[in-house]
Amino acid sequence: MDRLDEIEAQSIFIFREAFARLKRLALLWSLGKDSNVMIWLARKAFFGHVPFPVLHVDTGKKFPEMYTFRDRYAREWGLDLLVEPCPSIEAVDPTLPPAARSAARKTEGLKLVLAKYGFDGLIAGIRRDEEPTRAKERVFSPRGLEGGWDVREQPPEFWDQFNAAPPQGAHLRVHPILHWTEADIWAYTRREGIPIIPLYLAKNGKRYRSLGDADITFPVASQAATIDEVIAELEATKVPERSGRAMDHEAEDAFERLRTSGYL
Amino acid sequence: MNILADLPTSSTAETTVRSVVRIVIVGHVDHGKSTLIGRLLHETGSLPEGKVDALKAVSTRRGMHFEWSFLLDALQTERDQGITLDTSQIRFRTKSRDVILIDAPGHAEFLRNMITGAAQADAALLIVDASEGVRDQTRRHGYLLYLLGIRQVAVVINKMDRVEYDEGRFHEIETEIRNHLVNLGLTPIAVIPISARHGDGVARRAESTAWYQGPNVLEALDNFSAARPDGDLALRLPVQAVYKFDDRRIIAGRVETGRITVGQTIVVLPSGKTAKVRTIEEWPAPDASHPPQAARAGQSIGITLDRELFAERGEVISIASVRPKVALSLNARVFWLHDAPLEVGQSVNVRIGTADARATVVAIENAVDPGHLETVATHRIARNHVGEIRLVLARPIVTDPYALNPRTGRLVLDIQGRIAGGGLVLSADSDAVVQAKPSNIVPVVSAISDADIIARRGHTGAILWLTGLPGAGKSTLARSIERRIFDRGGTPILLDGDTLRAGLNSDLGFSPQDRSENVRRLAEVAAHLARNGFIAIVAAISPAAADRVRAREIGKQRFHEIYVDAPQEVCERRDPNGQYRQARAGAINGFTGVGAPYEPPTAPDLRIDTDRLDVKGSTRAIEKFLETTGVLRQGSAPAAADFDL
Repeated sequence: MDRLDEIEAQSIFIFREAFARLKRLALLWSLGKDSNVMIWLARKAFFGHVPFPVLHVDTGKKFPEMYTFRDRYAREWGLDLLVEPCPSIEAVDPTLPPAARSAARKTEGLKLVLAKYGFDGLIAGIRRDEEPTRAKERVFSPRGLEGGWDVREQPPEFWDQFNAAPPQGAHLRVHPILHWTEADIWAYTRREGIPIIPLYLAKNGKRYRSLGDADITFPVASQAATIDEVIAELEATKVPERSGRAMDHEAEDAFERLRTSGYL
Repeated sequence: MNILADLPTSSTAETTVRSVVRIVIVGHVDHGKSTLIGRLLHETGSLPEGKVDALKAVSTRRGMHFEWSFLLDALQTERDQGITLDTSQIRFRTKSRDVILIDAPGHAEFLRNMITGAAQADAALLIVDASEGVRDQTRRHGYLLYLLGIRQVAVVINKMDRVEYDEGRFHEIETEIRNHLVNLGLTPIAVIPISARHGDGVARRAESTAWYQGPNVLEALDNFSAARPDGDLALRLPVQAVYKFDDRRIIAGRVETGRITVGQTIVVLPSGKTAKVRTIEEWPAPDASHPPQAARAGQSIGITLDRELFAERGEVISIASVRPKVALSLNARVFWLHDAPLEVGQSVNVRIGTADARATVVAIENAVDPGHLETVATHRIARNHVGEIRLVLARPIVTDPYALNPRTGRLVLDIQGRIAGGGLVLSADSDAVVQAKPSNIVPVVSAISDADIIARRGHTGAILWLTGLPGAGKSTLARSIERRIFDRGGTPILLDGDTLRAGLNSDLGFSPQDRSENVRRLAEVAAHLARNGFIAIVAAISPAAADRVRAREIGKQRFHEIYVDAPQEVCERRDPNGQYRQARAGAINGFTGVGAPYEPPTAPDLRIDTDRLDVKGSTRAIEKFLETTGVLRQGSAPAAADFDL
């Protein structure tokens, strides 16, 4: 087994644990490279099936290419797709910096979805290498009744034994690709031939490394027009992956505040 | 968080996938874990541009000097209070591979987070402050590394600048920490003097510690290897689920150890049903002309069988010839993380692999704080303490003793779904063992209680099982500890393997079967003596791990495995009875260490390195162990000056 085989086997194990131990699961599909890999891994874990709904919490501000991608592959992959809207910006904490406040619409959207469907597990494609507060996450991460993350009170988790008993009315975040890196995602996407949104590849000297809402996400300078070139670029770059995501950089604690209140 | 080192850009994207080794940094709070991580990244040129300036700004904003710890302590409360609350990870690259550094909190309050981080590691760096020396969290973390199954360890003695790079001070701490780790069965690959703040000894040799000849930290890291699932052990495939999404009935799970092949006959336990593997299933569907034929340890797979049999989550698939135990009760050495202590009579949930069962704690022995040397054993395990427990299970659960299979021999305890502790399975009693006992025999129990015995003799009954290579010093040590216990007014009884072979076991030879029977008889005699209040000291090579596990099952809580360890060259040089010489000359067949294998204990209760400790020191170490575990009553010993060998 090489490194990709190992991380793949671990992710499949996590998917199967979540499916065995939680009653109402949904997979959060942001349409980005990471959640596309997640859907692929779920199909591996369940032999071609995705036995739970795939949820797109839609801010309505994604790039047009992302909506095209969603509609095409939801059909081709036979997904049980749920699309749920986010509330308007007025419903969001006004003390947050502007981009963070805009991003926090998704948190509010998630809360509405949880209330509507009563999910006890949400599968999310975050990775430890993206950002320092995500590096401190558990694979099965308990959330409070309001969906918040209590970073001071995370339970112990070891030997692939997960805490899977959320309190009544609360839910768990399940993170099957927490141990992957950005480079792993691309190497695996290439090996498995997983489709991607073309915005990730360079056009006119620019490409997106991370995709979010169109108005608060910016491309980086790049000549990488193929996945091979993207992988080569990642070998050399010193620019962080989320540098084009405005809400991460407005204040020292902006992203932590988003996350503790329930953002991914 | 991901950090990319300054490496020559590869001209092609066809780079092979790099291997990864995961290393946890543990030790007492403020001994310099975060500074060492910062220094390692800095020295290897792994920090992104602007990162150091950003950390400076964050430090200045809080009125502090430059703080490396802010690299990983990303949470506001961590930065404001200056302590690591939760574990984190950061990567860097060397020329050959990726290294994941796992930062673990040093504060006792967050031991659960230290365990969460350390359990993911292949190897550990234990850091000790040269001016403060070995502290309670140093010892506790050392003990937990052992209980977590981490066997690759290096020690760094940090802040050498604070002690003027004094060689004497270094050796003083080195000796203390080495002894602590070696007693746990952990041999550090290096003990390295460093100053993380100044970079001495981290990535280069330092003038200031010219007296030190060993590797620097980066070189030590390069000697660690990734701990991989073991394909050479017997097959263990815990069932995660059975799927019927289409016309296939697929049993899904991860191969924990061994390998599985199409056509192989397997047995599903506890139910005991057998079948043949028909297919190994994959998505996307494999090329029909080349379907997968085998899978090995570490792979998450699905299989179909040649006949319909009912299997469910929690069962374990193995081969018939090397079956795991179907346990209804088991002994385990555990750490406890829950706020309320673990007590006898308490009900807990036990999880092993994908199985779980309600269980009752029927006995607790040797409960101690692994951070303190002078603690007295009790019968309840407080938060962050360790102990040995006996559990009776509400339904059978499949397991192996840890000594035989580290993957299926570890358990987790939970209370209402929240993980509360974990540890190693020392032995498991299956229903098969119970059935094997003739029903018309009614054992008679001694009229004298443990309390009566301890009042008169100053100790409880116990078995000290000394195992090791010929020439390791078992008999010498057995005689010395016998004398010591006797001088304290106790009643030791020496059971020497060779002596018993002259009488009780004179019908036995040296085939594996006869060796196994020899060990069984020794264990039965020793257990009988221990139940009646004697300290039975067994000195026997007992080379097979499975035989020693059986001896533990016979001796139960009273059994203490002491690994008398010395390198084979040393044993051979000693050659007290000239047997190595004879074996090398071909005069003895199947001599352990020459023609027959010795399987060293993976989880001994105590390890004595007789190459480093003399007879006196070794005896003291055993005596101390017996006091800590409550076998010997403390304070009843004659003064050390009387102790003459």
